[in-house]
Amino acid sequence: MEVHVENGDGCCRIGVDGELTIYTAAQAKESLLAAMAEAGEIEMNLAHVNEIDAAGLQLLALVKREAADRQQSLQFVMHSQAVLDLLDLCNLAGVFGDPVVLSSAIH
Amino acid sequence: MNLDEVVLTFIAESRELLQNMEDTLLRIEQSPEDEEMINAIFRTAHTIKGSAGLFGLDYIVSFTHVAESVLDRVRSGELRIDGELVAVLLSSGDHIGGLIEHLAAGGGEPSAELQENDRKLVAALQAYLHHGVANAPAVADEPEQAYTREGGDGVETDLWHISLRFGRDVLRNGMDPLSFIRYLCTLGDIEHIVTLLNNIPPAAEMDPESCYLGFEIGFRSDADKAAIEGVFEFVREDCEIRILPPHSKIADYLKLIAELPEEDLRVGEMLLRCGTLTESELDAALRLQHGKGKDAERPLGEVLVEAHMVQPPVVEAALDKQKQVKDHKNSEASLIRVDADKLDQLINLVGELIIAGASTNLIAQRSGEADLLEATATLSRLVEEVRDSALTLRMVQIGATFNRFQRVVRDVSKELGKDIDLVISGAETELDKTVVEKIGDPLTHLVRNSMDHGIEPAELRVARGKPAKGTLKLNAYHDAGSIVIEVSDDGGGLNKERILNKAIERGLVTDGENLSDREIYNLIFEPGFSTAESVSNLSGRGVGMDVVKRNITALRGTVTLDSEEGKGTTVRIRLPLTLAIIDGFLVGVGNAVYVVPLDMVVECIERAAWENAGGDGRYLNLRGEVLPYLRLREHFEVEGEPARRENVVVVRYGEHKVGLVVDRLMGEFQTVIKPLSKVFSHIHGVGGFTILGSGEVSLILDVPSLIRQGADSQEQQMVAQV
Repeated sequence: MEVHVENGDGCCRIGVDGELTIYTAAQAKESLLAAMAEAGEIEMNLAHVNEIDAAGLQLLALVKREAADRQQSLQFVMHSQAVLDLLDLCNLAGVFGDPVVLSSAIH
Repeated sequence: MNLDEVVLTFIAESRELLQNMEDTLLRIEQSPEDEEMINAIFRTAHTIKGSAGLFGLDYIVSFTHVAESVLDRVRSGELRIDGELVAVLLSSGDHIGGLIEHLAAGGGEPSAELQENDRKLVAALQAYLHHGVANAPAVADEPEQAYTREGGDGVETDLWHISLRFGRDVLRNGMDPLSFIRYLCTLGDIEHIVTLLNNIPPAAEMDPESCYLGFEIGFRSDADKAAIEGVFEFVREDCEIRILPPHSKIADYLKLIAELPEEDLRVGEMLLRCGTLTESELDAALRLQHGKGKDAERPLGEVLVEAHMVQPPVVEAALDKQKQVKDHKNSEASLIRVDADKLDQLINLVGELIIAGASTNLIAQRSGEADLLEATATLSRLVEEVRDSALTLRMVQIGATFNRFQRVVRDVSKELGKDIDLVISGAETELDKTVVEKIGDPLTHLVRNSMDHGIEPAELRVARGKPAKGTLKLNAYHDAGSIVIEVSDDGGGLNKERILNKAIERGLVTDGENLSDREIYNLIFEPGFSTAESVSNLSGRGVGMDVVKRNITALRGTVTLDSEEGKGTTVRIRLPLTLAIIDGFLVGVGNAVYVVPLDMVVECIERAAWENAGGDGRYLNLRGEVLPYLRLREHFEVEGEPARRENVVVVRYGEHKVGLVVDRLMGEFQTVIKPLSKVFSHIHGVGGFTILGSGEVSLILDVPSLIRQGADSQEQQMVAQV
C-alpha cells in the first residue's frame, strides 16, 4: 500500500494505491493521518484501492471523522470498484456523503 | 493468523471431514436408522458449506448446499437411506473432495470436468429433494406449522432483525466481518443495513487492527433461525449476535433495545431505519419498557418457548450446539495438530543427541570415573526414552489406511459384479507415518488385483464348492523389527503353468530351469508381466506388480507372494518400522566396525564351536539346522588376518536365517541412520552409515540384501553341483 500526497491550490490530494486491509491497516492509518495534517481541503483518491476489508472501512470512517473534527473538508473521489462494492454492502455511501459515480455495469 | 493459513486449515479439515463422512456412509448401509451417523454426515456437509461460505468459495457452497438439503431430509426422516442414496452421497463426497483439491491446487474457476460432474450430481441429488419416498415415515408437511410464531402483539414486518457487534479481535483472528455479511446474502436478501461506525475511538487511540464495527440488519429470508445463526458460527465467541425472527413480539425488540450498548433512542432509530419496526410500534415499545422482569426465575428456554419467542427447534439446536462445543473442546484437548516438518526436525535433533551421548559415554569409560559413568548411564537411558517417544510421535495406526479400502472394495465389487467382503485385522498395528503415506498406492493395486483376477465370479465359486461371496483379507502385524502387511483372497490362486509359460515366452527364465513354486509365483513382479487373459479397466495390463515391487523396495521393504491353486493367494509386504533411528549391534572386522540392526539379530555363537569338521566352510550345523554363513571379511574385502576366535552373528529376515562371520562382537548401540550419497548406491549390503561415539564412521549392514546375496550364491553353487 502506498500513499501519495500532492499539495496545490490550497487543496491536498491524497492518492491511495493498493490494498486497504488488515495487513496494511497499521501502516495506512499512520500515513493517511500524516498526509491529512497539512491542508484545509483534502481530496482522497480511491481509484487504485484494489482490495478493501472491514479494517479498511474503519480507516475510511476514521479519516472522515478526524477531518470533520479538525474542521477540514475531506472528500473521497474516484472510488474503485472494490470500494464501491463495500459501500454498497454496508449501505454507507449516504453516510460518507461523497458523490459516487455509478457505473452502469453494477446496476 | 494469516488468511492463507486459515484456508489451508480449512482444506486439511475438510479432507478429514470427508474421510469421516465416507467411513460413516459405508457403515450406515448396515444400520440405516442410526441417527448419530446420519447427524454426523449432515454435520460434515454443513460444516464444509459454512466454512466455504466464509471464504467466498461459491462453487463449493452451491454444491454442498444441495447435498446438505438432501441430508436434511434424511435427518428429518423424509428420506430413507438405501444403497442407491449412499452411492450418490459417496460420489457427492468425492466431488466435494475434488472441489477442495481444486482449491488446494490454487482455486479459481472449476474445470469443465468438475462443472460437468457438478451438474450430474446436482441432478441426481435433486431427484431426492423433490420426490417424496413412499416408505418414509409420516411427518408433518411443514414442520414450521407445528408452532405459532407470532402472538397477537407481533409486529407487522416480515423481516428478520439481526444485530451484530463484532469483538475487538475478529480481524486479528483472520476473519473479515464483511465476509459474514456477504455470506448472509446467500440465505436471503438484506433489505436494510445500518453500519455502526461510532464505536471507533479517536484517532490517537484507535488500533487499526482492532474491529469496532457493528451492524443492524433487516433481513428477508425463508431460512430458519438455526440456519441464520449458522452463518455466524465462526465468530460466535467473538461477536455479540442477536437475531429476532419476523413478527417477533414487541417485548423482544424492547429487550434488544435494552441490551444493545448504544443509547436506547439510537437503537430505536436504527430499528426504524432497518424497517424492523414502524414508528408507532417503536413508540409502543418504549412505553412498555417498564413492565417486565417477572419471568426471571424460570428456565430461560421454557420462558422463551412458552412466549413463542423462539422456535422450539431453535432451543434444541442451541442445546445440541452447546454439547457439541463441549465435546469438541474435549477432543481438542487431547489432540494437537503439528507440522510434520517440526517432527522431522525433532527426530533429527534426537539423532544428533544420540551421537553426542555416545561420545560422552566413550569419554566417561576412558576416564574410568565412577561418578561420571553413573551420570552418563542415566543420561543414555533418558536419551533412549526420548528417542523412543519421539519415534512414536511419528507412528500412526494402519487402520485408517485399511478402512479406506472398504470404499475401494465396495466400488470395485459393484463394477465387477462380484460380491466381496473385506475383512480387516491388525488395524491397530502402528508404523511410521511416511511409510503409511507411501504404502497406499501399492496396497490399492494389490487389492484391486486380487478382486479382479483373484476372486472368481460367483458361479465359478459355487461350482468349485466355495461360498458365493468372496473374501478379501487385509492383515498387519509386527515381526522382527518390521511390519508385515498381508493382502489375501480366497480366489482361484495363481496358475503355475501359465506363469512359467509366459515367463519362458518373455525370456525371463529359460526352459528347463529348475524353479521352486515360490520363485515361479514371484515372477509376476517382473516388469511387463501379466497373465490375465482379458484386460479390464482395473488391472491386468501388466503394469503394476512391478511398480508395486519397486515402490516397496524404495521403502527398504520386500514383497513376496504365496498361492495355492484353487484356494487363494496371499501377498506379504514387509516394511521397516521406522526410517530414521534403529537399535544397532556393533560388530568388528579388522579395524572396521559395522552395525547390524538389533531387531534382526537372533543370537551370537562362536564359529569354531559349531562348525562341522567336515564342512565346506559355508554352512554351520546349528542345533541340527543348516545355517549358511557369509564372511564379512571376504564380503567387504577387509585386509589382514582373521581373528583367532571368529564369531557368528545369526540374523533373520522374514523366513531366512543367515550367519555373519565377524572378528569381534562389540555390543549394542543406538544408531541414527544417515543415508549414503548416490555415488555409493550400487554397493549392495550397505544400507547407510552412522557416526560412532569416537567420531568414527561405521557402515550399517543391509541384512535383507546380504541374505539375498547369500541365497543367490547358494543357488549358484547348487546349480553348479547339479
